[in-house]
Amino acid sequence: MQNLILGAAAGGGLNTGDILYQLAAFLILLVLLRKFAWGPLMGIMKERQSHINSEIDAAEKSRQEAKSYLETQVAELKKAKEEAKSIIDNAKKQGEAQGEAIIKASRDEAERVKEAALAEIASEKEKAVATLRQEVAALSVKIASKVIAKELDESSQEKLINEYLQEVGESR
Amino acid sequence: MEHGAVTADFLGLTFNLSNVLMITVSSVIVFLIAVLATRTLSMRPGGMQNFLEWVVDFVKGIINSTMDWHTGGRFLALGLTLIMYIFVANMLGLPFAVVVDHNLWWKSPTADPTITLTLAVMVVALSHYYGVRMKGVKEYGAEFFKPMKFLFPLKIIEEFANTLTLGLRLYGNIFAGEMLLGLLVGLTKMGIFAGVLGIFPLIVWQGFSVFVGAIQAFIFTMLTMVYLAHKVSHDH
Repeated sequence: MQNLILGAAAGGGLNTGDILYQLAAFLILLVLLRKFAWGPLMGIMKERQSHINSEIDAAEKSRQEAKSYLETQVAELKKAKEEAKSIIDNAKKQGEAQGEAIIKASRDEAERVKEAALAEIASEKEKAVATLRQEVAALSVKIASKVIAKELDESSQEKLINEYLQEVGESR
Repeated sequence: MEHGAVTADFLGLTFNLSNVLMITVSSVIVFLIAVLATRTLSMRPGGMQNFLEWVVDFVKGIINSTMDWHTGGRFLALGLTLIMYIFVANMLGLPFAVVVDHNLWWKSPTADPTITLTLAVMVVALSHYYGVRMKGVKEYGAEFFKPMKFLFPLKIIEEFANTLTLGLRLYGNIFAGEMLLGLLVGLTKMGIFAGVLGIFPLIVWQGFSVFVGAIQAFIFTMLTMVYLAHKVSHDH
């Protein structure tokens, strides 16, 4: 019958001492472990958790920063491209206009120079003709006066005229 | 397989010296494991710290499955100590038993109903203590008359049944395991043939006892948290 009593399987009677000893041992173990093991362990686990949290936050933040930076960079690049394009277009337009202006100016200049040259040629020609005319007149007068001054026969007359003509031709 | 036990009377209390020895050994082993594992703590855990952190997460999981962390966080140290103490106590009786003059000295302390019922009563008493402390006497008392007033006697019986089943489940599993281990060892001593034949079930049963010991430690901790949650949380 004694074996049917709870707590009496291993020995006779109720082991009241075991109860108290187990209780005391467990509570002491609980207190000691809380102080020496669980406390520090929980501390480091919490620390790691907060560390990971802050790291994730930092990573998220830098990702956002990188994203916005990238966006501004893309916008900037686009702007720069447009600017470059407009600059090139302007330059091209300006170059074309300038080229046309230069060509027109040089054409005008050439025209002007040509006209001036033609005018000079015409005036020189007129001058030359006038001079020739004067000289011919003067020579004719001279020849005539010489012919008149001397009475000569036909052959010597002719000879004389030829002489004078030659003389005139040489002096010219 | 009946073994006696050496008892000593001290200050009018009866001590089973085998229990005293094994409780001390279990406590010291648990203390050493926990303290050695947390001597060199680092942010990048390795080895023993990893193991202990796994245990912490495991017990956290048990608590979180029964109550919210705001209420249950304070029971983490209790759960950790319980699960490690009971597991170590369950394992101690597996490798060998020491019998001196027909008195059993080395065994699992949890193979004694006095020990397991002490733990069970402690847990249930704690649940009542926290019930009163966290909800107040009035709300705590009102719990006994819910959902119907006439269920009050059943509620009282439930408290005793909880205590008994919690303690005796652990005791029964571990005691039966050790008993069968003892019988199988006895079988191997009967002769060479029986020895060769008996070693296989012995190995199998030892492996199974490791499993049972781990499961019982888990169940004891789980039920502790369930009882605590019943008394502590407001939604029941």
